[in-house]
Amino acid sequence: MAFHDASTPVAVEPNYDSGFRMAMRQLLRNKAAAAGLFCLLLIVFLAVFAPWIIPYDPTQIALSSKLHGPSWEHWLGTDHFGRDVLARMAHGARVSLSVGLSTVAFAAAFGVPIGLLSGYVGGRLDNVLMRLMDAFLTFPPLLLGVAIVGLLGADLTTVTLALGIVQIPVLARVVRSATLVVREETYITATRALGAGSWRLVFQHVLRNILSPLVVQITIVFSAAIVAEASLSFLGLGVQPPTPSWGRDLAEARRFMVDAPWMFLAPTGFIIVSVMAINFMGDSLRDSLDPRSWVRRAVTSRETPRASADR
Amino acid sequence: MPLLTVKNLRTRFSTDRGTVRAVDGVSFELEEGEVMGLVGESGSGKSITAMSIMRLIKEPPGRIEADEITFDGVDLLALTPAQLRDYRARHISMIFQDPMRSLNPVLTIGRQLMETLQRHLRMSARDARRRSIELLEVVGIPRAEKRLDEYPHQFSGGMRQRVMIAIALSCNPRLLIADEATTALDVTIQAQIIDLIRRLRSEMGTAVIWISHDLGLVAGLCDKVSVMYAGRIVESGPVREVFYRPAHGYTLGLMNCTPRVDDIGHRLRPIEGMPPNLAEPMPLCPFLPRCEMAVAACRESKPRLETIAEGHVASCHANLSAYWRKEKVA
Repeated sequence: MAFHDASTPVAVEPNYDSGFRMAMRQLLRNKAAAAGLFCLLLIVFLAVFAPWIIPYDPTQIALSSKLHGPSWEHWLGTDHFGRDVLARMAHGARVSLSVGLSTVAFAAAFGVPIGLLSGYVGGRLDNVLMRLMDAFLTFPPLLLGVAIVGLLGADLTTVTLALGIVQIPVLARVVRSATLVVREETYITATRALGAGSWRLVFQHVLRNILSPLVVQITIVFSAAIVAEASLSFLGLGVQPPTPSWGRDLAEARRFMVDAPWMFLAPTGFIIVSVMAINFMGDSLRDSLDPRSWVRRAVTSRETPRASADR
Repeated sequence: MPLLTVKNLRTRFSTDRGTVRAVDGVSFELEEGEVMGLVGESGSGKSITAMSIMRLIKEPPGRIEADEITFDGVDLLALTPAQLRDYRARHISMIFQDPMRSLNPVLTIGRQLMETLQRHLRMSARDARRRSIELLEVVGIPRAEKRLDEYPHQFSGGMRQRVMIAIALSCNPRLLIADEATTALDVTIQAQIIDLIRRLRSEMGTAVIWISHDLGLVAGLCDKVSVMYAGRIVESGPVREVFYRPAHGYTLGLMNCTPRVDDIGHRLRPIEGMPPNLAEPMPLCPFLPRCEMAVAACRESKPRLETIAEGHVASCHANLSAYWRKEKVA
C-alpha cells in the first residue's frame, strides 16, 4: 500500500450540496413541514411578484367599487376605499416578511455572537453578557416597541429595530446553552488537538453543532416578529399609510366586520397561515438538520447496509 | 538528543477544595520512533500528562509547570498560542479514548480530514481530498472515496478510530499520543488497531506515547513503560524488565489485577483501598496505605526514583526486583 501514491486518479469533487439536499429531503418527509414550506413559499411568491401577478395597485382608491365581496375580478373582495384586498395582502406580505427577516437578521447578528462568546469563553464575560441580556429581557416586548417607535418615529427601520432588540437575548440564551454543551464534547478537544484556533472552533465546529436549536429558535423569532409587526401596525405604530400592512388593514376592517367580513378575514388568515407555516417548519427543522436523522434509506443503504447494523 | 524530554512536569488544578496536584513531578524521555506505554489506574494522571504536553489543559483552573518540555529541541512551554496551534497535528498528534465522540457529528469525514491537511500543509482542496482518500486507505477503510463524504454516525466504532488515526497522522507527525485509543473497542478491533499502529510506526517512524490500563496490550506494543500512581511515575523501564521484574508494589498490584486467558485457575487480586486524595500533601509513599509489600523504611521517608537495572527505575523502598533475582537464583 503506497502511502504517497498520488498517481491514481480520484474524483476530487465532493458533494458539497449533499448536506442541504439531505436536510430538505428529511424536512419534506414530514407532512406538516411540507405543507408549511408550501404555504410559506406561496406567500413569498405573492410578496415578491405582487406587482406583476395582481393587476391592482394596493393604494388605488376606487370608491365606485367599494366593499365588494369576493368575485372573479377581486378574489378577496375590496375594502371601504374600493382597493383590492388581495393586492393589499400581497403587498402587506412584503412588509411582514421583510420586517420578519430583518428582525431575525438583526437579532441573530447580535444574539448569536453574544451567545457563542458567552458560552465558549465563560467565566466573568459570560456573567456580564448574560446579566445584560437579562436586563433586555425585562422589557415587555410590545411596550419597548411602542416606546422606540414613539421615540424615533414609525417606519420600517424603527419597527425592525424595536422588534429585533427584544429578540437578541432570546437567541443569545439559546445559543449560549447549546454552546455550553457542545464545548465539553470530546471532538472539540480533539479538534483543538489538531491545531484549530478558537475562531475556527467556534464558527466551524461549535456553530454547526448548535445549528438545529438555533434554526428552530430563529423560526420562532421570525413568526413572533410577524405577529409583533402586525400588532404594532394594528395600534397604528407600524408602517404608516399608504403602505399596506396586515395589522393595519385588520384594524381598519374592524368597522366593517358585519358588512364586509372578507376585509378582516383576509389579513387574519394571512397572519395565521404564515405563522403556522413557519412554526410547522421549525418543529421538524430540528430533526432534519441533524445528519444522524438523514435516514439510512437515503444515504447508506445504497453504499453500506453495514453501518446501521453495528451502531 | 531525545525527541521529547519532559522534566519535572507538574500540572495542578485549583478547585474549591484546594489545589489538586494531578501530575506531580513527571519526567521521561522519548526517542525518535520509540513507543512508550503509560499505565496506571484512572485518575493517576496519565491523560493529564498527555494533555499537558499538548498544552490542552485549560488555564485557569489548570496550571502547567515544568522544568523542561522540549520537543525536538523546541521548548513547548514557550510557544505562543499561534505557534502552538501550528505544532499540534503537524508535529504532535493525539487520539482520544472514545471514537464515538471524538469526531464532529455534523461534518463529513472528508471535511474533517481535509481541514487538518489544508490548515497545516496548505494543501489545495483537490490535493487535500486526494490525500484524504489515501490516508483512509492506509488505515484500512474500504471504498475510501465514497466514505469520505459520509458522516461519523455512518461508521462503526473501530472505523471511526481508524478515521481518527488517519486524521492524527495526516500531517506525518513525529509523535502520536494515544489516550486509551482502544479501550472503547472490542478485542478483535483492538487487535486490528494495534496492528495498524505498529505498522504505521515502522513505516513512518512515528514515536508513540500509548496510554492504557491494559498491561497486556502495553507489553505487546511498547518498547518501554512508565507506571503512574497519584500523579507520579513510580516505575519505568524497558517493557520486559518492568513486567518480568516489577520493582514497585503498585506495578505488582496492577499485574495481579490483570486477567490472563491462559491461566484459568488464576484468581485476580484487586488492590485494596482507594487512590489518595491529590489535594492533600503526601509526605510518604502515596501507595503506602494500599501496599502489601511495605517495609519499615516506608513509614519513615518517601522513596525516590532509583535505578535498579539498566534503564529501569522505581521509587520503592521494598525494591521487589531484588526479590525476583533472589528467587531466580534459588
